[in-house]
Amino acid sequence: MDNPLSLAPLFHLGPVPITAPVVVTWGLIAVLSLFALVSTRKLSLRPGKTQTVLELFVSTIDAQVRETMNREPAPFRPLVGTIFLFVLVANWSSLIPGVEPPTAHLETDAALALVVFAATIGFGIATRGIKGYLATFAEPSWVMIPLNIVEQITRTFSLIVRLFGNIMSGVFVVGIILSLAGLFVPIPLMALDLLTGAVQAYIFAVLATVFIGAAVGDAPRPERPKKEDTVP
Amino acid sequence: MTDNLIQIVSILAAAIAVSFGAIGPALAEGRAVAAAMDAIARQPEAAGTLSRTLFVGLAMIETMAIYTLVIALLVLFANPFV
Repeated sequence: MDNPLSLAPLFHLGPVPITAPVVVTWGLIAVLSLFALVSTRKLSLRPGKTQTVLELFVSTIDAQVRETMNREPAPFRPLVGTIFLFVLVANWSSLIPGVEPPTAHLETDAALALVVFAATIGFGIATRGIKGYLATFAEPSWVMIPLNIVEQITRTFSLIVRLFGNIMSGVFVVGIILSLAGLFVPIPLMALDLLTGAVQAYIFAVLATVFIGAAVGDAPRPERPKKEDTVP
Repeated sequence: MTDNLIQIVSILAAAIAVSFGAIGPALAEGRAVAAAMDAIARQPEAAGTLSRTLFVGLAMIETMAIYTLVIALLVLFANPFV
């Protein structure tokens, strides 16, 4: 059985070794970008099928962000939406024969979690200013400063390991079952993987929202008591 | 000989880690699902919100079991002593 923690390079691009997950990631980026470009080419007030699905997606993410952060979702929509969409498509890419999901490797998850980490700091500084953001580390009292710093690191680490462990274990179990039993036996497990993949993508996006929301703090004024019905 | 022993101990350690690491999350997930069932039975109209929160909570709890799985894999595949 091959080691899930290490990777052999597929080919070299100059001095840089390129591995299979990187190529799959490029493919996913290309497919998602192309889809986004083509489907938003002609938007109309009377939406067609594709546009309806896209609008549903965007409004669902908006509702989620609004519910979690109590803020207008516009500044956070691109990041959270992209993270959710990318992780979802990456988790589900295991359905394509011969493709191993890039999120089943530690490096992709580490990159995603570091993006979230950087975004947390970035949004925090952008809304509170450097001094204001640093002051949040001393809440509720200065005794908590080391704990707060440790928390920043551990929660990023747990974000990495959570996604990696869930997706990798799915791929691993399917591989083991396939080597033990016949051709069609792992299909129920693959269906379970689809569920796990969707839930993990949702959790990754929600946690990113929660972290960013904690960094930017509450909205300056309490507004809009109205509440949309969200899709469960 | 010592190399062999290290491998035997590693495999044992991985098996023990996963088996004991699964107990806590299993109990916790059972409690969480039971509480959610109770809540849905009392208030069926909140089933959507409840099940969404339940799923997120379950995945969070499950992560604890996944941590032990990752430790087991580290012991098996990235053991610093082999």
